[in-house]
Amino acid sequence: MPLLEIQNLTVEFPTISGLFRAVDGVSLTCDTGEILSIVGESGSGKSVSMLALMGLLPSNARITADRMAFDGKDLLSLSARQRRTVIGKDMAMIFQEPMSSLNPCFTVGYQLGETLRLHMGLNRAERRTRSIELLKFVGIPAPEDRLGNYPHQMSGGMSQRVMIAMALACNPKLLIADEPTTALDVTIQAQILELLVRLQRENGMALVLITHDMGVVAETAERVQVQYAGQKVEEQPVSGLFRDPHHPYTAALLASLPERAVIGERLPSIPGVVPGQHDRPEGCLFSPRCTFATDLCRREVHEQGPDFGRALCNYPLRIGIPMGHPTLSVALAGEDA
Amino acid sequence: MLRFIFGRLLVLIPTFIGVSIIAFAFIRMLPGDPVMLMSGERVMAPERHAQIMAELGLDRPMYIQYFDYLVGLLQGDFGKSIISKRSVLTDFLTLFPATVELSFCAIVLAVALGIPAGVLAAVKRGTWLDQTIMGTALIGYSMPIFWWGLLLIIFFSGYLGWTPVSGRISLMYFFKPVTGFMLIDSLLSGQPGAFKSAVTYLILPTIVLATIPLAVIARQTRSAMLEVLGEDYVRTARSKGLSPFRVVGLHALRNAMIPVITTIGLQVGVLLAGAILTESIFSWPGIGKWMVDSVFKRDYAVVQGGLLLIAAVIMIVNLVVDVLYGLVNPRIRR
Repeated sequence: MPLLEIQNLTVEFPTISGLFRAVDGVSLTCDTGEILSIVGESGSGKSVSMLALMGLLPSNARITADRMAFDGKDLLSLSARQRRTVIGKDMAMIFQEPMSSLNPCFTVGYQLGETLRLHMGLNRAERRTRSIELLKFVGIPAPEDRLGNYPHQMSGGMSQRVMIAMALACNPKLLIADEPTTALDVTIQAQILELLVRLQRENGMALVLITHDMGVVAETAERVQVQYAGQKVEEQPVSGLFRDPHHPYTAALLASLPERAVIGERLPSIPGVVPGQHDRPEGCLFSPRCTFATDLCRREVHEQGPDFGRALCNYPLRIGIPMGHPTLSVALAGEDA
Repeated sequence: MLRFIFGRLLVLIPTFIGVSIIAFAFIRMLPGDPVMLMSGERVMAPERHAQIMAELGLDRPMYIQYFDYLVGLLQGDFGKSIISKRSVLTDFLTLFPATVELSFCAIVLAVALGIPAGVLAAVKRGTWLDQTIMGTALIGYSMPIFWWGLLLIIFFSGYLGWTPVSGRISLMYFFKPVTGFMLIDSLLSGQPGAFKSAVTYLILPTIVLATIPLAVIARQTRSAMLEVLGEDYVRTARSKGLSPFRVVGLHALRNAMIPVITTIGLQVGVLLAGAILTESIFSWPGIGKWMVDSVFKRDYAVVQGGLLLIAAVIMIVNLVVDVLYGLVNPRIRR
């Protein structure tokens, strides 16, 4: 049984103009000791689905799922109080903006110690020892001096290290990192990613890494799940995804990596924008932006089997060729012949 | 920190001079003079009037009078009342405890109710509870204080007979003031029932005086909380598995208190400056009532000296607020 298993998770928010569906039937599994990356552009529902898992969404969010299990516990049936014994302890999360994620009114030592006291019942002296150990663990020099610091006295990278130390305080089985490097300098980004991967190996925990940066995915993850407009469109091991993306969106995303651009030419981009609340198309949500879309795609869309990375596409790609496409695959096959 | 406090104390000097000039000039701009008002309905002969004015030194040019006054101030002399001939400073020190006692109780009440009400309204934003709290706060803020005070007196003192109408303690009790604070003095006197009596006299004025600060604090707390509750660090606190009470009451409230403390400080200043209306309604012998009476009598010395002392109190309160501010908000500590 996987450590984390989510089936058909849907999150909706009531807005003045009706329900907005931020996450639409997403399923996900993650095993102990695995790094799973969730990729997608802004608004693809990657953060929201993880916040729903942590129970951190505002109370007006409507969360439904067929199954949401972590470490053998059915999260859907837990009360809020019972869930709080899990989050922060066995399941921890770090966020995009380290500077604003730490409370400006409390010292680093206090914020670290709070978790230790709550979940592990450590006394003052034990908390101090463990806090120093944690700060040392995440690579903060002179941890004894840092305990008395306030967040405004630290840099972004340093703050994110403290956030990581806080998340790791109780040796969690699962760490969710929500774009942990987006707000940081490039040099610091690499350091933080390296740190996360090292800690994941040393602690043997599962790591869910949310990002929109394919470079980050390539460097760190083992398995990737691509999300688009609240839906999961594809999942694959990293190597497979980069070599042979099955969903046209994944392919387009990879094609628009600056590293893959031809020097002297415009950077490739995906035409159009992610559909919003009011222009959600029928059928495949990517169809308005897809080069291969047919009338069928604009009516309905089917999920493919594991061979095609469970791609949510009627004509999944194989080495760039849309399989079963009424016009293109025939033409391309004809060219080959 | 010491440097900061010292710096702030230095700023007091020019402020003090400014206040002394304004107080000195404004009271003299009012038509009439103390001698004329002392004579009352009877018409005083112009010669006699001039003679008394000269005796009081009020016939000299304004700048000489001001200079004289300033020299006195520098020697710690706030002057003597033109009418009662008592020292302004002594009168102030006698009356000020009554105002402090009333203001303290009012601000404690306002904070004790206003902050939880504001937090509750913010947490339950948009619900009937939020609307009820904010609606009540708006009524409290908009109500004329003298009218509200009279309503309470009519109902609780007149109709129900639960509380006395005016004064600080029942006439049955008499003891020498030790601290000037009736609650403490009544306890020290050891007379049975004295403390209870002092409390009953304090209840209505406290409620009346607390009404506006309570409304202001509740509204300010609500808006500060709403802002803070959306912050990333509140989400972090929740992600640790902390109870909602701790997340809201500690992580969010500590940050929301920063603007609220400023508001409380301003309100304390306003209250200490003399809760003029409340003290007048309840015949509370504090500095608010003292100042109003002196203005009506054109007691120049009392008005200018009293204003200066009140200004000093407000400046000290502001200084304390600034220091507190640093304690709550580590970002402005140095």
